[in-house]
Amino acid sequence: MSKPIVATASLAGCFGCHMSILDIDERILTLIDLVEFNKSPIDDIKTFSKTCDIGLIEGGCCNSENVENLRDFRKHCKILISVGECAIMGGLPALRNGIPVKDCFAEAYLNGPTVDPAGGIIPNDPELPIILDRVYPLHEIVKIDAFLPGCPPSAELIWKALTALIEGKPLELTYDLVKFD
Amino acid sequence: MSTKAPLDSLLARHGKDPSGLIEILRDVQAALGSIPPEAVAKIAARLGLSRVDVEGVATFYHFFTARPAGTYAVYLNKNVVAEMKGRAEVARAFEKAAGCRFGETTADGLIGLHETSCIGMNDQEPSALINGVVFTRLTPARVRELVAGMKAGKETGKLVKKTGDGANQSRLVRAMVDNNIRKPGPVILAPFKSGAAVRKAVTWTPEDVVAEIKRSNLLGRGGAGFPTGLKWEFCGREACPPRYVVANADEGEPGTFKDRVILTELPHLLFEGMTIAGYAIGAREGILYLRAEYAYLKPRLEKVLADLRAQKLLGKAIAGKKGFAFDITIKLGAGAYVCGEESALLESAEGKRGAPRPRPPFPVQNGYLGLPTTVNNVETLCAAARILERGAGWFKTLGTPKSAGTKLLSVSGDCRKPGVYEVEFGLTINRLLEMAGGRDAQAVQVGGPSGTCVARGQFERRIGFEDLPTGGSIIVIGPQRDLFDVVRNFMDFFIEESCGWCTACRVGNTLLRQKFEKITSGKGTRQDLKEIEAWGKTIKAMSRCGLGQTSPNPILTTLLNFREKYEARVDATRDYVSTFDLEAAVRDAAAVTGQTLAEARHE
Repeated sequence: MSKPIVATASLAGCFGCHMSILDIDERILTLIDLVEFNKSPIDDIKTFSKTCDIGLIEGGCCNSENVENLRDFRKHCKILISVGECAIMGGLPALRNGIPVKDCFAEAYLNGPTVDPAGGIIPNDPELPIILDRVYPLHEIVKIDAFLPGCPPSAELIWKALTALIEGKPLELTYDLVKFD
Repeated sequence: MSTKAPLDSLLARHGKDPSGLIEILRDVQAALGSIPPEAVAKIAARLGLSRVDVEGVATFYHFFTARPAGTYAVYLNKNVVAEMKGRAEVARAFEKAAGCRFGETTADGLIGLHETSCIGMNDQEPSALINGVVFTRLTPARVRELVAGMKAGKETGKLVKKTGDGANQSRLVRAMVDNNIRKPGPVILAPFKSGAAVRKAVTWTPEDVVAEIKRSNLLGRGGAGFPTGLKWEFCGREACPPRYVVANADEGEPGTFKDRVILTELPHLLFEGMTIAGYAIGAREGILYLRAEYAYLKPRLEKVLADLRAQKLLGKAIAGKKGFAFDITIKLGAGAYVCGEESALLESAEGKRGAPRPRPPFPVQNGYLGLPTTVNNVETLCAAARILERGAGWFKTLGTPKSAGTKLLSVSGDCRKPGVYEVEFGLTINRLLEMAGGRDAQAVQVGGPSGTCVARGQFERRIGFEDLPTGGSIIVIGPQRDLFDVVRNFMDFFIEESCGWCTACRVGNTLLRQKFEKITSGKGTRQDLKEIEAWGKTIKAMSRCGLGQTSPNPILTTLLNFREKYEARVDATRDYVSTFDLEAAVRDAAAVTGQTLAEARHE
């Protein structure tokens, strides 16, 4: 049997969940033996070249590009997993939810304390992704098959979840893996 | 500052004890029409609190407003029975006549239109409070008349044209509220000679009084049903007096109004029950915590207390018993459903935000001001007085083995005879519907939003702790209603009234409501039904008080008893439906930046 193919992405996240993947330490060598990576910042493959078995997504959706990217993942991945708080709930970026986008722009680009006193400008290049009215968790946009909680989920949790998936075993998150304090 | 002089003289009338904060804020709100920042700062300085402490309390209760609430502050009830009785037209009439929308105050500051949760007038909806005065059975025509009166500068009380029955006509009440006592019963709504119970109690030892209440199997009438005698025993056992008796007159469960009738017609019976509780547990002070919506009854309640003092039924050497002193004060709330929860009520009585406390310790150990306190429902205390008068044996002949005695039911909704019914426990819903004239009901909400929605096929179920416990709220839902409108109204109520302490309740109920909308709008799947059930269970398990622990009930009990209605709305052929709309989601930003999706996609 050929190796399962894994793709990963960070949308409106901080790459902390990807760092947590790297925190599996030397087991990364085992992982490379177990799976093949396709589109992912880990190998820097930018576009899907084949259908993947597992997609891991960090971060929610804060702009139109995130949405396109997520939909692309859904199209190419048999199993799609929300990794971490931002993907599951929106996380820190979602703190802006409830504040009109217009006001967020004004604070960030026109009135904020770090804006050039000579005057700021709201980024409006047509090729920039368009900011969404709020930050969305992934499952509101596409079907998500599993959720790995944490900020970030621990390396142990990610490792157990991945190996369970690869071996076709049920995904069981024991209490020690989801207890955060 | 124009508010300076009245504010200073007003504050001078109050002490510097922080437990009086709510009284002070009530006075400021009444005098200034709002609680402006300068008032917050002055109150904080005077009571030795931080500005945030005062602001926290001022923003917690919905009858306190930071912006002017209007010379005439109109609070229109928005509960589900008001909706059934034509609230929408009444609201439109208010907006049209006043010239502002709900949530706003007219430009001249004369009229403010606000919405409020149940004000305890479900038997005479649509109803509103205007500057604390109750107006019932509103119609668009009556609203136009009221607004004309306001514009003419009439005193709010003068806008009441006709007073209701019984003590509502009293000079000290003068309310247009009707009692609507449909069925008197043997325990509460029965003839009672003032003093009979207290005079008998003081011939017994406090231990014997507790033993008699225990023997009667009296269970708390607020709905939770904790044994009253046991509560008194626990409280009396606590070593450190002073102890307190608190009567919970914060009946905020939408649809209940039976305590309103007791407070109107039988306040002496209630005060007697409090006095007996005081005797039993060894307390010298009692507090009647009266919900703000019933503030119109306060002058008369004060008069009744004065009369009882004159008759030596309150004060020192009560009923001639040397060494037994007890008196009662009234504390008003300021609009918060959660204060009906006993530990939240105690916080509020202490002048704080009405956030429920973690338990244990329970109020019997750590209650008002940290002292042993028994908090009992108004009806419970009345029943206790009658048990002392007539005996536990008599009481136990009424009702069922596990639910002794009678229950006051507040019946409202789609029935011909809404009002208060005193019935023995064990009554079937069918029999109640017969009495109230609501036999064609499709469902009956027993126990208010936090209770159970009972389907037509289950009307042989019985009121009582064995099957359908209730604090008294019974809402009849006729065949013409969309049950989902009822559920939606109840969910909105809990979202509004959550104190915000527990995340599961504060956030979870909003998520439940969104999920409910997804399902009822036809975009739900079987998976959504599963999730709504699972989330409901999580909210119940992860919430500290009764509000959160029962808040998913409107959805969970209808899911249980009316599952087919939900199933009919979900698409069983699909396992996922997205409600996301990219075009709509980028609209706000695109309006500012001029971007288009096509260009952003680099097309």
